[in-house]
Amino acid sequence: MSDKIRIATTSLAGCFGCHMSFLDIDERLLKLAALVEFDRSPITDIEHCTNCDIGLIEGGVCNSENVHVLREFRKNCKLLVAVGACSINGGLPAMRNHISVEDCLNESYIDGIGVENPQIPNDPELPLLLDKVYPIHEIVKVDYYLPGCPPSADVFWAFLTDVIEGREPNLPYELLHYD
Amino acid sequence: MNKTISIDGKTIPFKTGQTIIEAATAAGVYIPHLCHNPDYKPHGSCKLCTVKINGRNCSACTFPATEGQEILNKTPELENDRRKITQMLFVEGNHFCPSCEQSGNCQLQGLGYYLSMKDNHFPHFFANRELDASHPELLIDHNRCIFCNLCVRASQQSDGKNVFVISGRGINKRLTVNSTTGKLKDSNISVDDCAAQICPTGAILKKRTAYAVPIGQRLYDTKKIDEIALEQENKE
Ligand code: SF4
Ligand code: SF4
Ligand code: FES
Repeated sequence: MSDKIRIATTSLAGCFGCHMSFLDIDERLLKLAALVEFDRSPITDIEHCTNCDIGLIEGGVCNSENVHVLREFRKNCKLLVAVGACSINGGLPAMRNHISVEDCLNESYIDGIGVENPQIPNDPELPLLLDKVYPIHEIVKVDYYLPGCPPSADVFWAFLTDVIEGREPNLPYELLHYD
Repeated sequence: MNKTISIDGKTIPFKTGQTIIEAATAAGVYIPHLCHNPDYKPHGSCKLCTVKINGRNCSACTFPATEGQEILNKTPELENDRRKITQMLFVEGNHFCPSCEQSGNCQLQGLGYYLSMKDNHFPHFFANRELDASHPELLIDHNRCIFCNLCVRASQQSDGKNVFVISGRGINKRLTVNSTTGKLKDSNISVDDCAAQICPTGAILKKRTAYAVPIGQRLYDTKKIDEIALEQENKE
């Protein structure tokens, strides 16, 4: 195995906006590619992560599959990072949290405006919805947080360069945003 | 001879009757605060202004300055306490900043930034709070109310009305509108009232004015709340 820093990334109940923002580091990706190796990530299509240095988690936890993925990341990543508003506080998906799952499903698949062939999907392949959308720190221990919706490319860059160069990560005021 | 107190080792003059936060502000020393506004009587509820006076924690917005007080303000311990209080305020309500009209101009958020708060630490309540959009020009989003009591005080002390009251206790505490239906449209608030402008968060908003300032140019985008608060409060 090479001695490059191994990074795994995933999007749970997220919109992939944080991943898109990460890619916005543009030509700095080349510099990064020289220093790191991607493990499980939508960028690589590797299905399970093994022995990683950094795990970047986008999105909150809304269903049973999210819980399994999050636990796999926790088990295999030395540094687990909550990336973006949804992983930190549930974000916009958590706006369903004061509505019961039954009411949510009825509204989406039975009673909602324009619903055709009303039925609640229940294929065994589909992960079960949780009662709420949970911020990831309510499920596993989280080591660092990158707030923002999404965090800007500069936030990813500042964090990764700090870690790669062995410094304690630090976000300057201009890079700290909750939106 | 001038009477003085000391804040973090700095000598600060005060006049009889001034609170610690008033003396500090006049001397250009920022003490974090949310429920304090120099125009209104202190309320002492948010506890963000907690300082250590001669070894004891006290609220700087209610505590009178007296000769020779040794006060600690910007210590790592107090900043840590303030961060925890701010995190509690975030998990008690529903603060989804990306969809909030006040984002960028919100004092609660600005304080989070000032205290380098990156997460909410505590489990979230995800409380079921209402939205009152009944009024033609104003909106109350109870999800964002931190019970600072400023709208209550502004209505009574500046507008000569009594539109708001905080009712209930603990987790059931709510801002309540003083009207027969409990709706804002049936109260006698007007859009020009001080009570309609004073909210430090995005709980009371003027309709059709949202997102007017682009990201990057909003109040707390580049300038910190300490600098802005001192500027605003010393101008008054
Ligand atoms: S009121 Fe402030 S802290 Fe709350 S959601 Fe709006 S911007 Fe964020
Ligand atoms: S509505 Fe705003 S001003 Fe009134 S108590 Fe709530 S946070 Fe304070
Ligand atoms: S500012 Fe003093 S308690 Fe709120």
